[in-house]
Amino acid sequence: MSHRPFHESFNLLVDNIPYMKAIGAYYVGCTPEGVSLCLPYRDDLVGDPHTRVIAGGVVTAVLDHACGMSVWDALDEFKPIATLDLRIDYMRPAVPDRDLIVTARCYRLTHTVGFVRGFAYDERMDDPVAAAQSAFIISHPSLKAREIH
Amino acid sequence: MIADMMISGPEDLFKVIPFARFLDLRLELAGNELTTHMPFSPHLIGNPMLPALHGGSLGAFLELTATAQLSVFENFDHIPKPVDVNIQYLRPGKPIDTYARARINRVGRTIANVEVWAWQEMREQPIATLQAHFLIG
Repeated sequence: MSHRPFHESFNLLVDNIPYMKAIGAYYVGCTPEGVSLCLPYRDDLVGDPHTRVIAGGVVTAVLDHACGMSVWDALDEFKPIATLDLRIDYMRPAVPDRDLIVTARCYRLTHTVGFVRGFAYDERMDDPVAAAQSAFIISHPSLKAREIH
Repeated sequence: MIADMMISGPEDLFKVIPFARFLDLRLELAGNELTTHMPFSPHLIGNPMLPALHGGSLGAFLELTATAQLSVFENFDHIPKPVDVNIQYLRPGKPIDTYARARINRVGRTIANVEVWAWQEMREQPIATLQAHFLIG
């Protein structure tokens, strides 16, 4: 039996996550540039009622999630992962009423850590709203069990 | 305090920010000490198997706590905008209430530096910390 790429089930890893569902994010696709999610604009995601710009924390959430998924794409299988740290630069406000696209790529994977860069943008990736840099720790439950024995 | 908003006191800040309402964030002031509170709700979950809070719900909570601290103790005519944030995730967020406190390290002419700690059961065991720069000028 041939191995199906893990990214074929990536829509489930967004749709089945309560927080992603709550903010309305969905899986777009997977290309050599990275894993992409989309976040449609919504009034209840706004961080400043005067400018109607969505809250930085919402952008953080989608970036964090896309970054994590890029680690799963690099692993090409499901392993428990956890965000170690996340740095976000906010370059410009997201334009109200526009969808926000987030694309993240795991550019280096070691046995225990995935190193990721990601961008959030509303039109072109080279005109980003925000950029993320993060590291994820990869759990190996079978290894842990072996250490105990 | 943010001058051009319809807020009667610092306690109202989270009521005028739609995403703070979405997270149901609370704010308590004891003298000049600010503590924020994110009550647990199932939609904050990021890992349904553990279950654990989503890094993004904690991130938003930390960032809005920093915003609140700046808005309560400095005089701005708008909500301070984050320039960059750095979040360290120290422990998994359990499906229970989360609390946070912030410290303003420096307020310059254009930039403020703020630090935030979030905890759940024990304040000595933070689950996540944040350092951020905000544009205030």
